[in-house]
Amino acid sequence: MIQLQNISFRYSSDSDSFQFPDWSVPSSEHAVLLGASGSGKTTLLHLLAGLLRPTNGQIIIGDQDITQLKSNALDRFRGRKLGLVFQQPHLLASLTLEQNLLLAQYLAGLKQDRKVIRETLDSLSLKHRAKARVTTLSQGEAQRAAIARAVLNNPTVILADEPTSSLDDENCNRVLELLQNQARRHQATLLIVTHDQRVKEHIPHQLTLAKA
Amino acid sequence: MNLLKLSGSYIKTKPLNTLLNIVLLALGIAIITVLLLASKQVEKSLTQNSRGIDLVVGAKGSPLQIILSSIFHIDYPTGNIPLSEAKQLSRNRLIKNTIPLSLGDSYQGYRIVGTNYEYLDLYQVEVSEGTRWEKSMEVALGAAVAQQSGLSVGDTFASSHGFIDDGLNVHDDQQFTVVGLLAPTQNVVDNLILTSLESVWQVHDHDTGTDTTHAEANHEHDHKDEDDHDHENGHEAGGNPHEHDETITEEGLPDEGDEITSLLVQFRSPMAAVQLPRYINERTNMQAASPPFETARLFSLIGVGVDLLQGFAYVIVIIAALSIFLALYNSLKARRYDLAIMRSLGASPPLLFTHVILEGLIITLTGCILGILLGHGVIFIATQLYARPGQLGLAAGQFITEELWVLIGSLVVGLVASLIPAVQAYRTNISQVLAER
Repeated sequence: MIQLQNISFRYSSDSDSFQFPDWSVPSSEHAVLLGASGSGKTTLLHLLAGLLRPTNGQIIIGDQDITQLKSNALDRFRGRKLGLVFQQPHLLASLTLEQNLLLAQYLAGLKQDRKVIRETLDSLSLKHRAKARVTTLSQGEAQRAAIARAVLNNPTVILADEPTSSLDDENCNRVLELLQNQARRHQATLLIVTHDQRVKEHIPHQLTLAKA
Repeated sequence: MNLLKLSGSYIKTKPLNTLLNIVLLALGIAIITVLLLASKQVEKSLTQNSRGIDLVVGAKGSPLQIILSSIFHIDYPTGNIPLSEAKQLSRNRLIKNTIPLSLGDSYQGYRIVGTNYEYLDLYQVEVSEGTRWEKSMEVALGAAVAQQSGLSVGDTFASSHGFIDDGLNVHDDQQFTVVGLLAPTQNVVDNLILTSLESVWQVHDHDTGTDTTHAEANHEHDHKDEDDHDHENGHEAGGNPHEHDETITEEGLPDEGDEITSLLVQFRSPMAAVQLPRYINERTNMQAASPPFETARLFSLIGVGVDLLQGFAYVIVIIAALSIFLALYNSLKARRYDLAIMRSLGASPPLLFTHVILEGLIITLTGCILGILLGHGVIFIATQLYARPGQLGLAAGQFITEELWVLIGSLVVGLVASLIPAVQAYRTNISQVLAER
């Protein structure tokens, strides 16, 4: 479950304040957050991910108000309960695909389990690439690898930031399908933040942010 | 996956840069290690070899040369002193004991030292095989001499005049007989051939003036007939011709004789250190040399070179540190996104800090260990290339506690070099970095 209550945020004391509408996404539901550039949707995503702290209000993820968490606890919470997918895959180039996933388990403070990694990779048709350097992955493979990393630790919430923006229609559909499948597989709440209008057709639960 | 592996993986992605940094650091550390090892080991060997000797008395000349020739056996003697003067001095109330030395010949470059049994006691040398020299022309070999020359008890050899084995000036007519082998001592005795004063005299036929020109290869040396060995000074009471069974001096100074090279002196009281050198230098034709004073002088002489080399080594280490810092600093710009991703995967800022510090430490630790091994390697090669390294007291296999400090010091260098990049990693503003597209 994601719940926003009375959220406001400002980058610095002399900049304009963002005021976000109250909103909630029930557990295991899929939702999309739409908005044009400058509407504050990336800011909201970072607030949800605990990368920024709101000046006011409550952000409840699962049953935890993350604004109450101290910095260390928030980092840990992010590693274990949140799965983040970005527009670019951003895998660590110095590691192999499997090592990237082992790192995700390590940084979350979870047991490093190659069996879980194999299963996750298998569900994204990447099992045969486990030992590959990430620089040798194709674009599609890298995107799936990034999704694998996001869902690996069984997150409560998957946050996807513009996952489809740079893709053609066919690939856009494919990625959305993958995200939704993976969210269902892990019974996670999926929130896609995007300005890509194509996503609307796939996910009915929506919030559109108006430009401030 | 752990932090060490993670940091290691980043090091592996830029192998050439890493290699440069490691080689640079290893070079600096190697020089420091060589200097440390050499100065420590030489110093140790110097103090070991001069232990129990308060003063060395020799002919007028450089006191340093007297110390080098009579204690460490690496330089030429300044000349000879008359036995009568030596005997007079030995009766001084400030002196507890004196040990005479007579130098002049060598075999295969190993010096033959005429002395008495007290010299063995001074260095606490045990006889491992056979006996001590008991007659004239009998010798006991130091452990290294026995090993290198292959001589054993019962063998005979002829000595060369001077200290260089040039095949010239061999005293063919006088054969030394090996009667004993000495146990290893880790000091200068290992490289000496010990015999009685009388043996040295017999070989040189009491040829006065000979010893002052030892170094000269073209030195003219009279090999007189056996009969002429009965000489004007006649240190044998009966005046019989020299025979191989001639009696020898076991302790103190011989009753009769002509010249010796030097005298190792032990004081009776600390007062002697003040009075005796001045007395000897002003009132006699001899020269007094204090081992601690002269070794200190020697160290201050070579110290300039050592300091210069050490400074050079520190500069290299600092450049290595700078290079490591730059490598980390530059790579961190490219890695901002990686660091942000790690944070998004649950890494805390202190973890990223440690991650970057670790990268610097891995490089410095590798460079330092490599440098220390390289330093020992250089010492090893030096001991293999130059004959008789034992004389310098150098051993490649020895590790000293100072090396631990070198290790700790270089880790501090690594820490300092990676501190600024690590702080930057700590402060990574993930939201800002992730928002950059």
